[in-house]
Amino acid sequence: MSPDLLKLIFGRLGLESLPLHEPIVVGTFAVVALGGATLLAGLTYFRLWGYLWREWFTTVDHKRIGIMYMILGIVMLLRGFADALMMRGQQMLAFNGSEGYLNAHHYDQVFTAHGVIMIFFVAMPLVTGLMNYVVPLQIGARDVSFPFLNNFSFWMTVGGAVLVMASLFIGEFARTGWLAYPPLSNIGYSPDVGVDYYIWALQVAGVGTTLSGINLICTIVKLRCPGMTMMKMPVFTWTSLCTNILIVASFPVLTVVLALLSLDRYVGTNFFTNDFGGSPMMYVNLIWIWGHPEVYILVLPAFGVFSEVTSTFSGKRLFGYTSMVYATVVITILSYLVWLHHFFTMGSGASVNSFFGITTMIISIPTGAKMFNWLFTMYRGRIRYELPMLWTIAFMLTFVLGGMTGVLLAVPPADFVLHNSLFLIAHFHNVIIGGVVFGAFAGINYWFPKAFGFKLDVFWGKLSFWFWVVGFYLAFMPLYVLGLMGVTRRLRVFDDPSLQIWFVIAAIGAFLVFLGILCMLMQFAVSFLKREQLKDVTGDPWDARTLEWATSSPPPDYNFAFTPVVHDNDAWWDMKKRGYQRPLTGFRPIHMPSSTGTGIILAGFATAMGFGLIWYIWWLAAGSFIAMLVVGIGHTFNYHRDFDIPAEDVIRTEDARTKLLAGAK
Amino acid sequence: MNTDTHAAHAGDHHHDDGHAHSTFSGYMLGFVLSVVLTAIPFWLVMSGALPSKQITALVIMAFAVVQIVVHMIYFLHMNTKSENGWSMMALIFTIVMVVIALSGSLWVMNHLNSNMMPMHEMTGMK
Repeated sequence: MSPDLLKLIFGRLGLESLPLHEPIVVGTFAVVALGGATLLAGLTYFRLWGYLWREWFTTVDHKRIGIMYMILGIVMLLRGFADALMMRGQQMLAFNGSEGYLNAHHYDQVFTAHGVIMIFFVAMPLVTGLMNYVVPLQIGARDVSFPFLNNFSFWMTVGGAVLVMASLFIGEFARTGWLAYPPLSNIGYSPDVGVDYYIWALQVAGVGTTLSGINLICTIVKLRCPGMTMMKMPVFTWTSLCTNILIVASFPVLTVVLALLSLDRYVGTNFFTNDFGGSPMMYVNLIWIWGHPEVYILVLPAFGVFSEVTSTFSGKRLFGYTSMVYATVVITILSYLVWLHHFFTMGSGASVNSFFGITTMIISIPTGAKMFNWLFTMYRGRIRYELPMLWTIAFMLTFVLGGMTGVLLAVPPADFVLHNSLFLIAHFHNVIIGGVVFGAFAGINYWFPKAFGFKLDVFWGKLSFWFWVVGFYLAFMPLYVLGLMGVTRRLRVFDDPSLQIWFVIAAIGAFLVFLGILCMLMQFAVSFLKREQLKDVTGDPWDARTLEWATSSPPPDYNFAFTPVVHDNDAWWDMKKRGYQRPLTGFRPIHMPSSTGTGIILAGFATAMGFGLIWYIWWLAAGSFIAMLVVGIGHTFNYHRDFDIPAEDVIRTEDARTKLLAGAK
Repeated sequence: MNTDTHAAHAGDHHHDDGHAHSTFSGYMLGFVLSVVLTAIPFWLVMSGALPSKQITALVIMAFAVVQIVVHMIYFLHMNTKSENGWSMMALIFTIVMVVIALSGSLWVMNHLNSNMMPMHEMTGMK
């Protein structure tokens, strides 16, 4: 075949694009391929494809979509954490003339992939998954406002993750750091496919994130059950609302910035180039207008989780509900006023730097208020040290530390010393792990019995908890020290042998975290095996306070047979106190949305389009785009969008629960 | 919903029942207004009616802002009561965000050379 024809069919994709010269990648590929083949064979052997397709892939049930988000987050956590271990290993070894075991080309991809995956494909799915699962239950709704859109959003997020994973074995990932600053990310300095993978993975996933943000805002604004005024909403729902407002307001900025960068790369515009009037600094400015709200997008739902957990396990109403709500709203607004603190050193004068330094310090005030609210909730409470509460306490200690180093970095003169140093790395891992990750784990341990009908095993949970917490401190406290000594981020080899001991300690810490992750997986497995012992028949295993605990565990498809009526902030607690009786008769058919495969098909085409654009396979990109339009328009002619769960089914489900509840007493 | 407000505003075309419905005449008025508001800037640029380019640019921007307001009222049916005030709330939030992002970016980008080498003076020296 002529080279022209090959180029037409395969774009820049060729055999040489496969990283066969990298033994580590080839080894990984072998393991992944073997594992993947086993999984696929297993699914085929046990005839699970039909079940998965009908019950999970095409579902529009917010609960199942929420669970799928959590699974995506945990799977991607394994990948992102493998990158982290590789970096810690490299930095521990590369002393005294040793080059370590990763070449620069590979190492740069590893640190970029680590950041991108952890933020976009671990933290975001975990947070979105929790919100998806819990919010409709907490507000007494049957589903989200737009159930089909919810399924589509999830699969777009998966599409982005698939592109990132594909870059490991087909071509390469960006070598630019997780925000792909130009001019390095421009075509002149990064001519390969790495940055294109980065752009299209984030664009595809970004569509999903934005749409799910719109969906959850609508859900919270429109679908609250009777009596639940704004100031009677559970705090988790409040923080979810604010997070999704932030998503809808900030993700378009990311979309536009990446679109401008792709124009620079694909059609030769000069938005972010060094010459022809372009300004790379505009990219930095714009991407942080998205980037700073993004960190609050991640941490606000975690704050919500901690609020629910603290009041449940202290057996008390949350202290200062109103101040909690206002603190959340203030953080939402303020998070838009601080973005410049990410680039104090880029050249702004004293007036700009001090303005953004001061706004940054101010944002710690509402956060501090929240911390005191949690403390006062615990004060004179009867605290039960269950797993969610343990994670919450670890959060309170860790996050305060991270917050304080953050205020330190907010002082521009101090930032001039610490900018891009390992001190910064330690700071943001301190708040993201201590806040978002611990929050996600608290949430998983807290709501797992609701989702699956049995609690998580305590022994393995505690083991995982202690490995994580101790490992975290060992891994990141040395980085504070190194940062203060002036070591910058993303270095591959070191000259000064006296630094090595700190990197060794950090690597040991990372290994302990690795054990923590293994224990968590073990916890899931053991809990599944012991599910009969750990069973939750009441639907309210923690003696909790909000509406999601009013229904069975796992909840029926329709969540609530009758829409609850709310009279108090802690709706379920209030119902329990007033001697609420479950209605046993009078069930009626329930109107529900039907499953549809359109979401996964559309997202599949979007991913194929991304792949085509990355490799310059224009026919694939154009074809997928047209297919997307056709399927999308075709879906508007699908009139089988809803069905009624017959009253007999509702009666059968509710009677089964009545029997279970009678057995429990 | 609220009969008093309804009666008071019976003259205009917004009916307050949670949503704001527009009528044919409402859409036509909006359409005509946006055509006029687009035509005038075109004419300003093509005829050069105003003395300086800067003034022309500012006037065009003013027209653009009016255009946005027209679209919001006649096409997006924005008023203070639709959706229990959530539409207006969302609008205010959006304006706050856009103002922060635009004015902030302008300020930041104009300030960026404060701590840099004075490039323009050096190029002037050679």
